[in-house]
Amino acid sequence: MTPNGWFQLALYLGVLLLLARPLGVYMAAVYEGVPSRWRRPGEVVERWMYRLCGVDPAEQMTWTRYAYGVLMFSVVSFLAVYLIQRCQALLPLNPQQLAAVTADSSFNTAISFMTNTNWQGYGGEVTMSYLSQMLALTVQNFVSAAVGMAVLVALIRGFRQTGTTGLGNFWVDLTRGTLYILLPLSFILALVLVSQGVVQTFSAYQTVPLMEAATTADGKTITEQTLPLGPAASQIAIKQLGTNGGGFYNVNSAHPFENPTPLSNFLQVLSILLIAAGLCHTFGVMVKDSRQGWALLAAMLVVFVPLTVGCALLEQQGTPQLAALGADLTASNLHPGGNMEGKETRFGIANSALWATATTAASNGSVNAMHDSFTPLGGLIPMWLMQLGEVIFGGAGSGLYGMVMFAIVTVFIAGLMVGRTPEYLGKKIEAYEMKMASIAILAPCAMVLVGTAIALMCTGGKATIFNPAVHGFSEVLYAVSSASNNNGSAVAGLGANTPFYNTLLGVAMLIGRFLTMLPVLAIAGSLSQKKHVPASAGTLPTHTPLFVVLVVAIVIIVGALNFFPALALGPIVEHLQMRA
Amino acid sequence: MLKNNTKAVTAEETRPDQAQQQIAIATDGWGTHIRAAIVSTIALVAILCGAYPLIVWGISQAIFPHNANGSLVYSADGKTVIGSELLSQAFAGEQYFHPRPSAAGSGHDPSSSGGTNLGPTSDKLLNGIADDPATADTDESYAGIKHLSEAYRKTNGLAVDAIVPADAVTRSASGVDPHISPANAKLQAARVGRSRGLSEADVLLIVEANTDRASFGFLGEPGVNVFMLNLALDRVKQ
Amino acid sequence: MATQSKSIFSADLIVPAIKVSFVKLNPVHLWKNPVIFVTEVGAFLTTIDLIRTMATGGAASFPLQITLWLWFTVLFANFAEAMAEGRGKAQADSLRRSRTKSVANKLDTASGTTKLVAAESLRKGDLVVVTAGELIPADGEVIEGAATVNESAITGESAPVIREAGGDRSAVTGGTTVLSDRIKIRVTANPGESFMDRMIGLIEGAKRQKTPNEIALSILLSALTIVFLVVVITLKPLAVYTGPDVSAALTVTVLVSLLVCLIPTTIGGLLSAIGIAGIDRMVQKNVLAMSGRAVEAAGDVDVLLLDKTGTITLGNRQAVEFVPAPGVDERQLADAAQLSSLADETPEGRSIVVLAKEKYGIRGREVHELPNAQFVPFTAQTRMSGIDLDGRQIRKGAADSVRQHVGGKFPAPIEQSVMEISSKGGTPLVVADGDRVLGVVYLKDIVKGGLPDRFKRFRAMGIRTVMITGDNQLTAAAIAREAGVDDFLAQAKPEDKMALIRKEQAAGHLVAMTGDGTNDAPALAQADVGVAMNTGTQAAKEAGNMVDLDSNPTKLIEVVEIGKQLLMTRGALTTFSIANDVAKYFAIIPAMFAVAYAASPDQPGPLSALNVMGLGTAQSAILSAVIFNALIIIALIPLALRGVRFRAVAAASILRRNLLIYGLGGLLLPFPGIKVIDLIVNALGLV
Repeated sequence: MTPNGWFQLALYLGVLLLLARPLGVYMAAVYEGVPSRWRRPGEVVERWMYRLCGVDPAEQMTWTRYAYGVLMFSVVSFLAVYLIQRCQALLPLNPQQLAAVTADSSFNTAISFMTNTNWQGYGGEVTMSYLSQMLALTVQNFVSAAVGMAVLVALIRGFRQTGTTGLGNFWVDLTRGTLYILLPLSFILALVLVSQGVVQTFSAYQTVPLMEAATTADGKTITEQTLPLGPAASQIAIKQLGTNGGGFYNVNSAHPFENPTPLSNFLQVLSILLIAAGLCHTFGVMVKDSRQGWALLAAMLVVFVPLTVGCALLEQQGTPQLAALGADLTASNLHPGGNMEGKETRFGIANSALWATATTAASNGSVNAMHDSFTPLGGLIPMWLMQLGEVIFGGAGSGLYGMVMFAIVTVFIAGLMVGRTPEYLGKKIEAYEMKMASIAILAPCAMVLVGTAIALMCTGGKATIFNPAVHGFSEVLYAVSSASNNNGSAVAGLGANTPFYNTLLGVAMLIGRFLTMLPVLAIAGSLSQKKHVPASAGTLPTHTPLFVVLVVAIVIIVGALNFFPALALGPIVEHLQMRA
Repeated sequence: MLKNNTKAVTAEETRPDQAQQQIAIATDGWGTHIRAAIVSTIALVAILCGAYPLIVWGISQAIFPHNANGSLVYSADGKTVIGSELLSQAFAGEQYFHPRPSAAGSGHDPSSSGGTNLGPTSDKLLNGIADDPATADTDESYAGIKHLSEAYRKTNGLAVDAIVPADAVTRSASGVDPHISPANAKLQAARVGRSRGLSEADVLLIVEANTDRASFGFLGEPGVNVFMLNLALDRVKQ
Repeated sequence: MATQSKSIFSADLIVPAIKVSFVKLNPVHLWKNPVIFVTEVGAFLTTIDLIRTMATGGAASFPLQITLWLWFTVLFANFAEAMAEGRGKAQADSLRRSRTKSVANKLDTASGTTKLVAAESLRKGDLVVVTAGELIPADGEVIEGAATVNESAITGESAPVIREAGGDRSAVTGGTTVLSDRIKIRVTANPGESFMDRMIGLIEGAKRQKTPNEIALSILLSALTIVFLVVVITLKPLAVYTGPDVSAALTVTVLVSLLVCLIPTTIGGLLSAIGIAGIDRMVQKNVLAMSGRAVEAAGDVDVLLLDKTGTITLGNRQAVEFVPAPGVDERQLADAAQLSSLADETPEGRSIVVLAKEKYGIRGREVHELPNAQFVPFTAQTRMSGIDLDGRQIRKGAADSVRQHVGGKFPAPIEQSVMEISSKGGTPLVVADGDRVLGVVYLKDIVKGGLPDRFKRFRAMGIRTVMITGDNQLTAAAIAREAGVDDFLAQAKPEDKMALIRKEQAAGHLVAMTGDGTNDAPALAQADVGVAMNTGTQAAKEAGNMVDLDSNPTKLIEVVEIGKQLLMTRGALTTFSIANDVAKYFAIIPAMFAVAYAASPDQPGPLSALNVMGLGTAQSAILSAVIFNALIIIALIPLALRGVRFRAVAAASILRRNLLIYGLGGLLLPFPGIKVIDLIVNALGLV
């Protein structure tokens, strides 16, 4: 990689860390309900919404009631998205006259967007009407992220409070997160993206004559090109910020209309991690010990940075096969070199690798390069980042609460080693918390393995594996990992828009979302009733580098132990074959 | 045991304030949630799907109409749209710079964007597939990187074992990558110049003019916009 | 029950433990330990696979060895538990031996006569009479008389103790012997429920329940077991997809081997042994924990309430100086002080007599030498004692009382001396003759040796020490300073103690305290760890969750250390167990997948590159990992029983140290371990 490539990676981290702190403090103020002049207009909307919904914003909810709210809202979201897709042919704003989406695809997509996964089995341009994209998907991009953040905030309150069962009000957290955090950020980002050339129009697709008629492989002559348009910028902004990742176009942020310039790329990849990084600070601020937030952020970075660098190096190195065919893999100022298969020239290697790790570290899943065509180990990194449980930044809210689950397990093991029964942030970690944290961490792991096994055993699963042998195996593993951890990125070599995969991955997404979210809320409910144990020299400090290393070790060991055999049969053997 | 009993009693004694606090906490199940879920979904749809994109649209159309509508390029008379600055078109002629190979639709189709999605060790990707002579009516052939690089060298008059820029022989992610690397353009310049009767230096000047540098000098990679370059070449001729 | 720490592997413990290991193979028993249960099921499956292989005439050597080692793994885990239980049982047996069948003189309240009955027939509320030389037949309370009792059967302390009706020394324990006098006892426990019975039960592990932290850890271990089960089960379909040769290599035996190596058998096998050993270590310190939960709570304690007297200071104050009033000869003061103390049998009183003799050669006169003397004993009202002799009224007492006695005023130098002594932590006793103040006797509290250092280490561990004393503020502050405690509660009444505990607990602290009196009982019950002195009342013993047989309040400190050590051992072995898995993967995965994508059947596949240890063959690699996994349990039994090394330092440095040893060690050790076993296996040609 060129020095400039390294500089871009460093710049990215610098800007991310610089922005995360003020954003985190702001988000804490939003959830704490600190009044602010800036939010005055929003408060009118807020009050009006509560009145319409019949919600008493002062009501404090127990964890079960909070969870009911989450579930009820998710059910309504699912039904809304499902029905709109099924009826899109009858609804307006469908200039391409696209037919109703199939039942299994609608099922999969509805779950996918409701769970903040944004796995897309379909191609955006050829399946979804503008109305479906806007009404069904855009709104889910916002609220699925806001739900994740709300659950995180409930968990933080659980740590902070003593002797009460109230975790806050789900409807208030949902509304505030949407109106004061996601919406303003999206608005600003959308406008900047438009300035870079991301389209925002309600015109129909435009057909233009080609400058030079082209002849396809099968001898047909093509004289026209269809430019897919649409209100893309407003959706793309939130799909990046809300760790959704569901692209407006089929190739997501690799499409020049979705991500036209290096600057738009920088802002989009920044947006992927921005809220997740900011929430670490929100956590610190709300538990009244900003070092705790820094520690979790540091743990995330300790995993993220080496993997990003590793991915960039591996992609730059390319493959011996490419070199043998005479491709120049060495980067220079005149060309990016490396494994450029499935990558865009304007992004080159550094930005493609950075995006790949950021989008899988966070449960975003948008892409600006085709992960399927990454080198085996370069592609292992994004896959493994998902298998780690989407806790390295992770989804909006969901990433951090997942990380807190790991912190709880870490505290449990490490706490014993200092000779005390474990406690985290002053709350005793006991059998109930361990049970719930184990479910939250292990359910997605188990789903990945079981789902992969099922897909590889069934004819329905094997039928649409386009790449044979090892790589096909990696693709299935990648797809199930992505769905089970609510990431949504795909290696498109797998034909996933089949009833089999739509159903399997739909179930995987449900498990990945709710079997983590509900245990987290249960823990919040249990912690909030516990006494606060004051810290002393005998308490395991959870803000030190040592603790950071320990959390990272637990995250990595759980990830490695669970997936080493599967990865060995996939990317690792592929790499060894490639190098053989 | 006595100890436990004592504990239980004292625990209750010390918590009357908390007991009172809990009265305000509702514990019933679905109750008001159904209405809240439906109504808030509708209200949020109105804000997020109605107001938000419309306002973004309105401002965009007012401030960045060109960018918001697809960065369209018009014909010299300004009447017809002939393409977008941001999207590549297929070019195969001698007189044109060639974009990167494409896997979008039947080639460079922005409404069916896509990469090959072939793994790096895939034999199909590397060595392609030959047409099956048994089925005369269909063409199964697929150009592997081997064929692409051979064709690239041949078209541009390079030695058979010449090293070529990686981007010239690999398909992009979108299939409509508007750029090629400057190194790639340089290798094509002589051919284009020859066929247009321009000196290579002149061609390179036009290439230079259509090269998108890294933003601010450091973001992203430099790239030559093939569509805009070819358009510029055509307009020079005119 | 003075049990010397037995050598961990003595033959009389090992032989029965081996027998018990086999008894414990019963799945009904193992079900409670999910990790080992899964191992047993795995061993069962490989056994079936072995039989099938032998029936079909296949090569049985490899599955046979794997099967044997898997059974060994289960047996080793059972053995660890049996060893821990065996040690407890040995102690219980020595207790039980002291409870030879005895008879009792049961008192019939109606007739007032006694009847000889079997001790087992005694019920709560019965009255018995015990005379010198007899065994006390049951736990009870002395309601009449006083006696010296030999309690060495339970304390190991041969010095007899006084037991008397009323007050805080009325409790007697069944199985102890009355040495002198005759006492009437009300039985307080039914047979089988006595203090001893419960202790024996606890030590034997018969009533052992999992502690809260053990349950939480079991949940984590079960979760890991379940997920590794999923890993191993899903491996088969993955292998089937990869190719028939890989699939064929994944026999039941191989899959079970992988599973057993991955699931945390080390900690799973040693977990209950660690818990039993924790209680056992308490017993070795002559502390009986009423439950494992109490031992665990001891590790969490961060506030220690220590009674000044007996814990921080030697029980008795000593006179060290006579400070005469102006115009009074020091010798005169010494003489008066000695006279007033002649009948005072308290250690303080005796120390005055001794000091006067040592310093001024005033011979301690015998009481009968002074026929005219009238001794005035200490009463709660006057708070003075003294002597009326030949018209002199010599009194000594606390400054306040004497001041009142002499009419409300001391000469200024006396006031100053009183202040000075108080501020130095001493107790000033003012001596007055009539209403003339002669001077002050400086009684000094002697702080036990080594305490300040010990408290300093506690502070480093985040444990706060609070001294409780009835002394006034000044005295208390001075002693607190000398002993190095963090805080003190002066002029404390039992209610104050209770209030302090509640206050600390409300702030989230866990409090430990010692106590012996009936009025300590509520506080003992309220404290998270309440250590009752064995010499204390039945009520105190019932209220606390530990009993110190030596009645040494300083032992609270050791109790905390043992609690911490128990938790540390549990955490260290869990870390070690999980860290081990990495190396086992590197042994087994390349072996399992050696044939995957191989160019030809006789060439190793690409995944052989992962065989970083260079293990001989696929089979030897798997066998070596399984053997290592089994042997490590045995190797760690001593550590589980003894506990990891305890150091009183801050949490952060303990963590760093334990992580280096058990985390990093656990990660690295198996690599050479498995390699060595593999070399042996190959050298012996076992597979």
